[in-house]
Amino acid sequence: MSHENINIALIGNPNTGKTSLFNQLTGLNQQVGNYPGITVEKKIGFCKLPHNIKANILDLPGTYSLNASSIDENVVIELLLNRNDKLFPDVALVVTDVENLKRNLLLFTQIKDLEIPTILVINMADRMEYKGISLDLPHLEQELKTKIALISSRKGLGIEELKNLIVTYKTLSTEPCLNASEIDSDYFNHLRKAFPNQLLYKLWLVITQDANFANLDRHEIRNSYTKSLSELKRLQQKETIKRYQFINNVLKVGQTIDKAVAKDFSSRLDRILTHKVWGYVIFFAILFVIFQSIFDWSSYPMDFIDTTFANLSSYAAAHLQPGVLTDLVSQGIIPGIGGIVIFIPQIAFLFLFISILEESGYMSRVVFLMDKIMRKFGLSGKSVVPLISGTACAIPAIMATRNIENWKERLITILVTPFTTCSARLPVYAIIIALVIPNERVLGILNLQGLTLMLLYLLGFGMAIFSSYILNLILKVKGKTFFVVEMPNYKLPLFKNVAINVLEKTKAFVTGAGKIILAISIILWFLASYGPGKNFSNAEAIVIEKTQHSNLSETGLENAVAAHKLENSYIGLMGKTIEPVISPLGYDWKIGIAIISSFAAREVFVGTLATIYSVGGSDNDETIKNKMAAEINPITGKKVFNFASGISLLLFYAFAMQCASTLAVTKKETNTWKWPAAQLVFMSAFAYVVALIAYQLLK
Amino acid sequence: MQTTIHSLKKGEKAIIMEFDLDAVPLKLLEMGCLPGNIVELLQIAPLGDPLYLDINGSHLAIRIETAKEIIVDIIS
Repeated sequence: MSHENINIALIGNPNTGKTSLFNQLTGLNQQVGNYPGITVEKKIGFCKLPHNIKANILDLPGTYSLNASSIDENVVIELLLNRNDKLFPDVALVVTDVENLKRNLLLFTQIKDLEIPTILVINMADRMEYKGISLDLPHLEQELKTKIALISSRKGLGIEELKNLIVTYKTLSTEPCLNASEIDSDYFNHLRKAFPNQLLYKLWLVITQDANFANLDRHEIRNSYTKSLSELKRLQQKETIKRYQFINNVLKVGQTIDKAVAKDFSSRLDRILTHKVWGYVIFFAILFVIFQSIFDWSSYPMDFIDTTFANLSSYAAAHLQPGVLTDLVSQGIIPGIGGIVIFIPQIAFLFLFISILEESGYMSRVVFLMDKIMRKFGLSGKSVVPLISGTACAIPAIMATRNIENWKERLITILVTPFTTCSARLPVYAIIIALVIPNERVLGILNLQGLTLMLLYLLGFGMAIFSSYILNLILKVKGKTFFVVEMPNYKLPLFKNVAINVLEKTKAFVTGAGKIILAISIILWFLASYGPGKNFSNAEAIVIEKTQHSNLSETGLENAVAAHKLENSYIGLMGKTIEPVISPLGYDWKIGIAIISSFAAREVFVGTLATIYSVGGSDNDETIKNKMAAEINPITGKKVFNFASGISLLLFYAFAMQCASTLAVTKKETNTWKWPAAQLVFMSAFAYVVALIAYQLLK
Repeated sequence: MQTTIHSLKKGEKAIIMEFDLDAVPLKLLEMGCLPGNIVELLQIAPLGDPLYLDINGSHLAIRIETAKEIIVDIIS
C-alpha cells in the first residue's frame, strides 16, 4: 500500500488546550526548532492516522485572531497565506475551548475565509456538564460549514474520532461561513476586479497586516486602493463586529448554557489568589518555596554527578593508553561534559516550576497583581513572566516579552531581564557558596547557604527593577499603552504536558549550551596543555633546577612541574596578562581565565576551572570543589576562594553580561546592535565596580 | 444609568454602549468587547488597577485608562 503524507496545522487561541492535543496526537514524537530567521518556536510532531496516512502536525503559536500584533502571530498568518510553503496545511484544526466558544469562533471564521479545509475541534468537552453547556452539533456544523470534533485533550476523549475525521479531509468544505466583505462592498468589489485570481480575504490580510507574502506586493495593492490607516482600522473593527454578529446568531440556536447548573470554581479561587493581602503573601510564599527547594533538592543529584565525573576521569586516565588523546579525554572532554550535566537537576526543577505556574493559569493572576507596581518602574505586569522565566534562562524570557503590547515597556523588560538569576549562574553560585559560606542553620530552619542564594536572587530582581526605573526616566520612546490580558480558568497542570515541556526545554538547553561548553573545554585544554617558548617546553629542567635544594618527593616534583607548565601555557599567559585588572577584585589568573571564557556563557566558569585544575593537578579523583577549596594564592598566602573574593565573584557574576546567546537574542528582538551593546558595556562595567568595592571592603 | 467601566462596582453588570474606536485596541474588540455585550466587574487589583472583567464570557484584565474609554449602561 502506498503511504500518504499530509500536513495538519493546529490553530487556536491561547489556553484552549492546543498543546495538550498536540501532545495527545504525537506523544514524544516531536521536534522543536525555530522558524528561519526569527526565534519563534516551531513545533512539529508526527502521527499515524487510519488508512496508512502519516501526518506532520504543526503546533502554531496561539493567536486570538488573524490580525497579528506580534511576531508569533505573524508566523501563523504567513504560513496560512503561502500555499507554496512545504508545511502549508492540507487540513487546519481550529482548537476551541467549549467554555469560550464564542470568542474562539472569531478565529475560526477567519480561517474559513482562507478556504482551507477546516475541522472545528471543541476541546474540554468533559467540562460541559459541569458548566451547564449543551451544543446542537448538527446545527453548528451546518451553519459553520465544517465538521466538528468534540474532544477532551486532558482526558484523552474523542481523539480516535478526530483522527478518523482528519482522514476525510478531502471531503471537507472550503466555503467561507460568512461574507465579511459586506462591510464595505464598493471597496471589496474594486479589489476583486483588480486581482481576480486572488482570494479576497487574503488581499485584505495583506493590506492590513505586516505579513510578508510571496507573489503579492503589498505596496502595489495598497497604492491602487489606498485607504488611510484610520479608515483601515475602522474597517477592521467593522469586520470584527460583523463576525461576532454572525457567531452570536449561530450560537443562539447552537448553544444553550444553563447558568443555574454552572459552577464557578475559578472565581472563588480568584477571590483568595488576587486578594489584596493574601494574593501577595501567596505569591511570595510560592517564590520562596521554589528557590529554597531548588537549592536543597538539587544538591543531592548534583553532588552525585560531580563525584561520578571525577571518578570517570580518573578511570579513563588509569585504563586508557597513556598519551595526548587520553589526556584530552580525561582532562578536557570528561570534565567539560561533567560541567554541562551538573546543571540538569536545577534547570529541570526551574522549568518544572515555571511550567506548572503557566499551565495552572496562575501566571496570569501574577500579571494582574503586579501590573500597577511594575508600571511605576516603566514595566508592565506582563514583565513579571519574563522576569520569572529569566530565572531559568534569559533567552526564552526575552522571547516571552512579545506579548507586551507597549514597545517601551517591552524594550525595558528585554534590557533588564539578563539581571535575573538565570540557571547558568546557579552552578557558579552553588560552588562558590559551598566554598565560602558555612553550611549552618540560623533560627533553626534557615540554611545559611540557601539564604545566601535567595539573597542573590533578590539582588538580581532588585537590580532589574532598579535599572528599569532608571531606563524609564532616560528612554524617550513614544507609543500608546494598552494592556489586555486573558485570565484563563484554573486548571490542574497535566503531568504529560509538564513532563514534555521540562524534557524539551532541558534537552534544548543542554544541547545548545552543551555544544559551546564542550567546544570551549576542548580549546581550553589545548591552550592549557601547550605553551610558547622555552619556559613551557623546558618546564621540567627549570623546576628541577629551582627546587634542587628543597628535597621534593616524586609527586611533589610532578605537581610543581605541572603547575609551572600551566602558568606558562597559552592560557596561563592570557590569565597573567589580565591579572593586573582583576587582582583588585581578589581574583588570581586562573579565575581570570574562567572569567574570560565565561563571556561566551557563564556556566563555562565551573567547567573551565575543572579543566584548569585537572590539567594542573595530580589526582583526578578529587572533586572540583575540593580542588578549589585547597587552592592557595602564592602572593597573599591565603586561600584563593576566601570570603572576600567569594563575595566579590558572586557579585561579579550577578551583574556582568556574560552570555553571547542573550546578546544575540536581544539583537534579534530589538533589530539593532545598539541595545545588546548597551547591555554588555553597562552591565559588565557595573559588575566590575561593585565587585571591586565589595572585595576592598571585605578583605 | 450611563457611566464607564472604570466606575463600575465589584459585581456590577452593565451593557457596553459605545467607545472611542481610537482609544480601544482592536485586540480588546476581538476578545468580545463590543457594543451590546454584557460586562461584569469581577475583581479590582489590590492597588486599584487593573480591572478584572467578564466581557461576553471572556475573563480578562484591562487597565483603568482603557476602562475609562468604554461607556456602559448599568443593568444590575
